[in-house]
Amino acid sequence: MQYEVLNCEDVADVLADCARGESALPVEARRHVEQCLRCQAEVVQYRKLLRALHKMRTELLEPAPGLLAEVLVGLEVAGERQALRSALAGKKVAYIGGIAAAATAAAAGGAIVLVRTRARRLAS
Amino acid sequence: MPEEVAGLVAAAQAGDRKAFDELVRVTYLDTYTLAYRLTGNEEDARDVVQEAYLRAFRGLKRFRGEARFSTWMYRITANCASTHLGKRRRHRHEELTDEVVDELHSGADPEASLEADSLRAQLQEVLRGLPPKLRAVVVLRDIYDLPHEAIAAELGISESAAKVRLHRARRKLREDLFPMPADDDACNDRDAHAV
Repeated sequence: MQYEVLNCEDVADVLADCARGESALPVEARRHVEQCLRCQAEVVQYRKLLRALHKMRTELLEPAPGLLAEVLVGLEVAGERQALRSALAGKKVAYIGGIAAAATAAAAGGAIVLVRTRARRLAS
Repeated sequence: MPEEVAGLVAAAQAGDRKAFDELVRVTYLDTYTLAYRLTGNEEDARDVVQEAYLRAFRGLKRFRGEARFSTWMYRITANCASTHLGKRRRHRHEELTDEVVDELHSGADPEASLEADSLRAQLQEVLRGLPPKLRAVVVLRDIYDLPHEAIAAELGISESAAKVRLHRARRKLREDLFPMPADDDACNDRDAHAV
């Protein structure tokens, strides 16, 4: 069976995925790596690199003092704004409701006047 | 810890402001650490943390609990950092470049760098020296274990672009940490012939 001949550059991109265990090397790439000391060394280096990166996950960096207070103050301000906006939105609804009620009443009044005027005209 | 966070999230979603403050207290070091790793400096990291919690506060009702709260925060932080660095670049045209890496390596002893302790310290340095676009994908994938899809979504790039950046970032980190001797016949291509 014929296999494609690969060089280091061809397999370079899959070495890290392989070291991370994300994917198995394709047959041609594995054949190359098995014969290539340089690529084998790269796989080992990727393993060390990825292990060191993974360990960083549990490390916490300490910010200069004051960050927590800054965040909480920012949230306080945002919370107040949000509450104010909700309150204004509530008032807006009441205001619009009032206008609508007044307009309906005015329309009804107008209709009554109109009907009465017509009735008088017809009577005269 | 996850149970405590889940309880705080539920209370905060029900409108308890103090619960959200407590959530910040419990998680802000983690968020800051990610922000610092993405931005590479304290000032930007602080801005990103502020913005991330404001967005989380505004969007908390949309958090469905399908992922962990920490993962949700990582995604928001990544998105904020990407926006923040984008704005900064437009204003200052400034980016951490290879210059920083060269500076870091000028006095480095390659043999000593192979020792485990110094590897970690050196990794922090070379990570900071990566261009922000490359740094973001490698931090989110290889430290925080976010899926490619989430990384692409938060950075506003395609999944294939995220994968290409990840390969470039890993390769750059490896080359900076383990400088190879000049090319010799170490690569024995002759033996990789067709069988």
